[in-house]
Formats: sequence, structure tokens, C-alpha cells
Amino acid sequence: MQVPATFQYARATGVEHAIELLTRYGPEARLVAGGHSLLPMMKLRLAQPEALIDINGLDELTRIRVDGGELAVGAMVRHAGLLASAVVGEHFPVLRDAERMIADPLVRNRGTVGGSLCQADPSEDLSAAFCALRATLVAQGPDGRRVVPVREFFLGPYETVLGEAELLLEVRVPIRSHASAYRKVERRAGDWAVAAAAAVLELSGGVVTEAGIGLTAVGAPRFVAEEAERYLCGGPPDEERFAEAGRVAGEECRPSADQRGPVDYKRHLAAELTVRALRAAAARAQGQEA
Amino acid sequence: MQITVTVNGERYTRGVEPRLLLVHFLRDDLGLTGTHWGCDTSNCGVCAVWLDGAPVKSCTVLAVMADGHEVRTVEGLAHGAELDPVQQGFVACHGLQCGFCTPGMMMTARWLLDHDPDPSEEDIREAVSGQLCRCTGYENIVRSIRWAAEHGGAARPAEEDAGREEVRT
Ligand SMILES: Cc1cc2nc3c(=O)[nH]c(=O)nc-3n(C[C@H](O)[C@H](O)[C@H](O)COP(=O)(O)OP(=O)(O)OC[C@H]3O[C@@H](n4cnc5c(N)ncnc54)[C@H](O)[C@@H]3O)c2cc1C
Ligand code: FES
Ligand code: FES
Repeated sequence: MQVPATFQYARATGVEHAIELLTRYGPEARLVAGGHSLLPMMKLRLAQPEALIDINGLDELTRIRVDGGELAVGAMVRHAGLLASAVVGEHFPVLRDAERMIADPLVRNRGTVGGSLCQADPSEDLSAAFCALRATLVAQGPDGRRVVPVREFFLGPYETVLGEAELLLEVRVPIRSHASAYRKVERRAGDWAVAAAAAVLELSGGVVTEAGIGLTAVGAPRFVAEEAERYLCGGPPDEERFAEAGRVAGEECRPSADQRGPVDYKRHLAAELTVRALRAAAARAQGQEA
Repeated sequence: MQITVTVNGERYTRGVEPRLLLVHFLRDDLGLTGTHWGCDTSNCGVCAVWLDGAPVKSCTVLAVMADGHEVRTVEGLAHGAELDPVQQGFVACHGLQCGFCTPGMMMTARWLLDHDPDPSEEDIREAVSGQLCRCTGYENIVRSIRWAAEHGGAARPAEEDAGREEVRT
């Protein structure tokens, strides 16, 4: 039987209270949101916090809003809520695509958007999706609020720029005319990605004016393929350019071999899924469902 | 810690350790052993119960997190002596063999039919995709849930007693 080691438990009643509790319990305290990354790690003793601060009561973090031309997703929005959101589906199909393939419906009822990002697991699908979208994150700590571009949020596997007593409040993405898609290969339904790619394309006059390419589970620095993004800008959104962007993305990522596959297979997937995501985004830009 | 959890409409107050998982609280502290416990790793879904109206894996929720919240387990599916249409469907279509996965499957099925009274086979397979069955090959589980949909399974229980009359077969 897997049971976590003992810990103290406290429920936060608001953002400020959560920060106060984190400060009071010190560096060995951890926030718990959906608990679907943290509790499995605690059962395996991969994490052993001395105190858990439960933020499930923070209703102010459970909203999906459109605010000043931006989509704002609260950190405590569950995966299921993001998947069901009409505004997300309309403007950010990359997020809807990703959510359809994250875990399974039961896990999605509990796991949160904020937990996904703060876990900074290299295989977390939303990290690559939000990085492709160039989202910004709003966090609050003892010293007040700050805004962090998501591409500067991840320091490495399981590590973010958040301070010990800092809380992620929401993710913000500008609502624009871009088209987007997410493509993932998994070993079986509901599994973590072997590899996955997010593509965001801003098109104007038959030319790519801005490109976002996110990569999941293949060791891409900050979850993005920056060289491939640069390559795409200024050219037409056609098959030839997508193939080359895929090749570049496959080369610039740094996958490691594990039970999900060897390095060359993952590079191949990164390249191929980049192409497929770009193709799907381009089709959507022309009003075709992909 | 003292917690109060409403399970199947009844309030239970117990003293628990913060590290106690909801599945063990239900089974060991409340004696509600209908909820099964399998993989321990959030993968198999045999531990599925409703938490505030939606199915979750109770091996990945702390009992203290359910303090003040509502849980529904397989023991809360039937209405007195009358089985829920989902339960009837599993009987009618041989939806189980060993029965280990069945309580979790039925809780998710009940939730699905409450939200989509006429799910396609694909919808059903997606709904139970986080739950493993080592016996049936899923075919008969899908049939059982379809059976429930076709036999008044969409009717919300309790409030719709009149509607439920037609379900009896
Ligand atoms: C069986 C299974 C399959 C899965 N498959 C996938 C998959 O295919 N793809 C995928 O992307 N994910 C997958 N997941 C992970 C799932 O998406 C988790 O829900 C998610 O990673 C973490 O969200 P959470 O709310 O559960 O976070 P928690 O486990 O509660 O927290 C994770 C970490 O983030 C911190 N944290 C949480 N919220 C905040 C906040 N607001 N501010 C600061 N820190 C915070 C916590 O302290 C903790 O360190 C899977 C999980 C399971 C159990
Ligand atoms: S025991 Fe909970 S998912 Fe397997
Ligand atoms: S009936 Fe045996 S596991 Fe499903």
C-alpha cells in the first residue's frame, strides 16, 4: 500500500492567507492543488513536504475570463473546465487539442492548469501549449504581484522561477487572429506524451508573421523550438517550409531515452508532430477544421 | 484532524490523519467497501467516486480535502431496493466478470448519462478511458451503458421518481 509520509495540513481561505501559511510553515511546505502530480510523488517519497497548504477553496482562482482582449485562466481551473470552455475552444484550439489528450476524464476533473505549469514536468502538455502561445503568468508572493512570460517561467525539470511563498494566480493569453493546433503521440489512451508539438501561426498576406512552436517531453529548452520559429517567419505557410521547420525542431530539441523510446525515435516524432501541428494550424487559418 | 464528509447524503464525522487517502477513509473508516482500491498509482480507476458531483480517483485525493464536501459512492447508486438503470444495464448485458472494476465503471457511467443522455459508443469509451478492466474487453461495459441510456438511464434519480417507474423491467 502506498501512503504518503506524515505532514501537516492547512486550508487556505484566500490568496493572501495561502502566502501567509507558506511563509509560516517555511520552505518544506508545499501548495496542493489537484494533487494529481504531488500526491503520487508523495506516495513514492519522491516528494516529502512537511506541510501541505490546500488551495482548493480559492474560488477566485477558478474562473476563465476574457479581460481586456486577453484570455485569463485561473490557476485552479481544472483540466475539464479548460476543455469545456467555449471561449478557449474558439480562440485557442491548441489548448482544446492538448486537453483532449491530457490523462483521462477522471484525472482531468481534478488536475489544474496552475498545478500543471508549476509542476514543470517535462512531459506536461500545457507547458508547451502555453509556451507556443507566449502566455504570461501572474504570480503573487510576500512582495506583491509580478508578471512572468511563460518562456521565462521554467528553470528546468520540476523547477520554476516561483519563490518559496509565491502562488501562481492566473495564465493570460492575448486573443488574436492566430491559428493553432496540438499533436501528441502516446503509447496508450491517457498516457503521458512520448512526444508532442504545439503550433501557433499568425498569418498576414500569405506570409507567416509570427510562429510559436512548443515541444513536450523531448527536452526542448523552455518547451520551445526557437530556431524553427525563426525559420518560419517571413515565408509562406506551405508544406515545404513546414517540413524544414520540423527538421530544425527535431534537431534542436534534446530528448533522452527512456521506457517511452530511444532518442532518434523521439527526434523523429518531434519533427513529424511539428509538421502535423503546423499543417493543422494552417488548415484552421483557412477555416478548415483539422 | 476532525473532518465531516457527506457520503451518499449522510454526514460522517471522523478523526483522521492528514495523509489518509479518501479511498481508505471510505473503505476502512466508514466501512463502505463498494469502492475498490487497486493500482494505488492513479491509473486504474477502480477507486472512482464522485466528489462534488464529478467522478475522481479517490486514491489520489486526501480525505481531509473532502472535509465539508460531498461524496457519492456505488452504495449511493441504487434507490432503496431498486437498482439504478446503470446497475440494471450491467446485469442485463453481462457488463462484468470478476466485478473488480465495476463500481468505478458504474459511477462514471452514471455521471456520463446525467450529462449526455444519448452517448455514442465513442463517447462511452472516452468517458471510461481512465479505468481499466482486465476481464471483459470493454465490449459489454459499453453495451451495458448503452442499455442504461436506452432504458431511461438518463433520468436523474431521486427527483424523478415518476419517470423511474418506466425503468422497471
Ligand atoms: C494517471 C495520470 C496521467 C496523467 N497524464 C498527463 C498527461 O498526459 N499530460 C499532462 O500534461 N499531465 C498529465 N497528468 C498530470 C495532471 O495533468 C496533473 O493534474 C497536473 O500535472 C498537476 O496538476 P495538479 O493540480 O494536480 O497539481 P498538484 O499535484 O496539486 O501540484 C503540482 C505542483 O505544483 C504546485 N502548485 C500547484 N498549484 C500551484 C499554484 N497555484 N501556485 C504555485 N504552485 C502550485 C504544487 O505545490 C506542486 O509542487 C497525469 C496525471 C495522472 C495522475
Ligand atoms: S486505485 Fe485509484 S486509480 Fe487505481
Ligand atoms: S470485470 Fe474484472 S476487471 Fe472488469
